[in-house]
Amino acid sequence: MNVALAKTDTKTDTSRALGEAFANVRERLPGTGAVAEARQRALEAFERQGLPHRRVEDWKYTDLRTAMREVLPLAAAPDEAAASRAAAILKSAAVKGARQLVLVDGVYAPQLSNLGKLEKGLAVRTLRDALETGGEAVRNQLLPPKQSADPMVALNTAMMTDGVVIEISEGAELAQAIQIIHIASGASPAAMFTRSLLRVGNKAKVTLIESFVAAEGAKSYQAHDALVVSVGSHARLDHVRLMEDARDAFNISTAFVTVGAHAHFNTFNLTAGGQLSRYQAFVTFGGEHARVETNGVNLLNGTQHGDTTLFLDHAVPNGASREVFRAVLDDRGHSVFQGRIIVRPDAQKTDAKMMTRALLLSDEAEADNKPELEIFADDVTCGHGATTGALDQSLLFYLRARGLPEKEAQALLIEAFVGEAIESIVDDDLRDIAVGAARRWLAARG
Amino acid sequence: MNALLEVKNLQVRVEEREILHGLTLTVNPGEVHAIMGPNGSGKSTLSHVIAGKAGYEVTGGEVLYKGEDLLEMDPNERAAKGVFLAFQYPVEIPGVATMNFLHTALNAQRKARGEKEILTPDFLKKVREVAKSLNIPQDMLKRGVNVGFSGGEKKRNEILQMALFEPALCILDEMDSGLDIDALRVAADGVNALRSKDRAMVVITHYQRLLNYIVPDFVHVMSKGRVVKSGGKELALELEKSGYAQFDDAA
Ligand SMILES: Nc1ncnc2c1ncn2[C@@H]1O[C@H](COP(=O)(O)OP(=O)(O)OP(=O)(O)O)[C@@H](O)[C@H]1O
Ligand SMILES: [Mg+2]
Repeated sequence: MNVALAKTDTKTDTSRALGEAFANVRERLPGTGAVAEARQRALEAFERQGLPHRRVEDWKYTDLRTAMREVLPLAAAPDEAAASRAAAILKSAAVKGARQLVLVDGVYAPQLSNLGKLEKGLAVRTLRDALETGGEAVRNQLLPPKQSADPMVALNTAMMTDGVVIEISEGAELAQAIQIIHIASGASPAAMFTRSLLRVGNKAKVTLIESFVAAEGAKSYQAHDALVVSVGSHARLDHVRLMEDARDAFNISTAFVTVGAHAHFNTFNLTAGGQLSRYQAFVTFGGEHARVETNGVNLLNGTQHGDTTLFLDHAVPNGASREVFRAVLDDRGHSVFQGRIIVRPDAQKTDAKMMTRALLLSDEAEADNKPELEIFADDVTCGHGATTGALDQSLLFYLRARGLPEKEAQALLIEAFVGEAIESIVDDDLRDIAVGAARRWLAARG
Repeated sequence: MNALLEVKNLQVRVEEREILHGLTLTVNPGEVHAIMGPNGSGKSTLSHVIAGKAGYEVTGGEVLYKGEDLLEMDPNERAAKGVFLAFQYPVEIPGVATMNFLHTALNAQRKARGEKEILTPDFLKKVREVAKSLNIPQDMLKRGVNVGFSGGEKKRNEILQMALFEPALCILDEMDSGLDIDALRVAADGVNALRSKDRAMVVITHYQRLLNYIVPDFVHVMSKGRVVKSGGKELALELEKSGYAQFDDAA
């Protein structure tokens, strides 16, 4: 996969490069038989489309064909040096009290992970293991028969190398949060393709934290991740995702979530890292009376580009969803928020609301907000709104007149602004974690 | 003795329009000055220029604070050096908890002065004492800064900050507007408690009544961007009777 593309890359060049890359590494990828066939089909699906570009509606604001100038070689399995660099950053990335499952350069790192004393009802294995030795049931979850049409998901399917498969059995209420930490140790530029699975059984309860970080000095890398989640009926999942990748990294991640009847899914994403990132979440209401809150914050500066795309599918009646999204943009930062809510003809009594706001700290920053409602049922309560603005000068002056230097006054107001999204995190600990991450960004701003 | 504040022939424009046309005012430590004058005469403009609000163009004159050029300083620098403005219209800041704001602001001022930060327990104790003396309930402090406060509560919150920050120069812009009679007395007591030989106050008001509580050493009448008359506290009583019409020509 050591293919640097010429500046004149076209769809065919990119696809060909990836096709060759796939051929080169397919022997190293886990799974044979049905898995290998699925990989092949996915690669073909990807090749038909190539990297998404601005004429692909869903990727309109994030043109990977222009941005991804080269396809990086698949990361080598981490050696000892990589593991020790990863261990150093793990100290600050690990959330106290949580169970850490660590992926270094896309490969599960047992020595950095904690699989000791698994609580009753919790089972964890690696993706590699699941693809190589898992039964049809787990394979079907990892490789859903109804494949997404998204080319980057197809690419992930073709290339996925490792990840974790977490199963929580019916009725299990886990006291300890689970944290999946993706660490790029990269001394040399590389690509990682990970996929993880979380199955929350009926009436079960769990907290999942996902972190994306880089070891000190990690070079430009590409993190491609997918997370497949099913939340059983009457189950509850609290989820926080913190993307704090290196400033020259790419992060292309997808979450597929199916929420069962009477289940509650509360999720928050923070994008504060990466040169270019896309987090796309596809959430489907699989059972009635489910409740979903998806909240997000993008904090971007320099020339960072962060795309958060949410797709909420109210496929059944009586579902409730809330989306609160905030972006804070400095320098030439560019944030994209796309939120599409579909209310299918059967989904009567759906209650869906989406609100997105962007705060521009510089004249050159840019926010693209695209909330969309597609409603095919008639008895629903739905609404959305979007605003973009600057910091209120009169509030800033009030704070400064009380002694706060400009940056500190801004920081207070910015924290209050993103707090509107963080507030919607139900779990107190998770809220503190999100606040902490936002403060890290503010502190780094100076 | 050095003057605390010297405003000399100050000329200020806002959006191409001159609002202050050569205003002169000297305030010494320990003094209380009242500024009265009709709506639109430039009282708040003066207070904003002293506090350092953007959007005012000083086209002439100077403002010295303890002998230093105040207009050269950032607003936060002025605050740290002891300049405090109790706003006529305090803003609401949703999402910023009052306690966090007070603590951050106080520590920012101390840091700028090279003093040690105040620790949380000491800070809490201090805020509680001050709040109690001003009849400010604790739950008000738990809300966002001024969020959902009544007009009177906002004014009391300004006095609370003044007591907490212990500034050398206090400018009170219509602290009496929106206060009921009892609240006015409590707020005035709070202000009086801060009177000292090192501290000066500039009290902007429309009503002589406030000056019964906060008795000024000097009263100035502002009209059309200038001080047109100065005198002792009896000048306020005179104004109460005769209004401002007599100054129209003088201005
Ligand atoms: N930002 C601004 N843009 C344009 N004009 C302004 C601005 N700020 C103040 N002015 C004008 O300057 C003049 C003085 O206003 P200022 O608020 O200082 O008066 P004031 O004496 O405080 O009045 P009041 O007693 O009503 O509070 C008014 O005519 C006002 O309209
Ligand atoms: Mg005024």
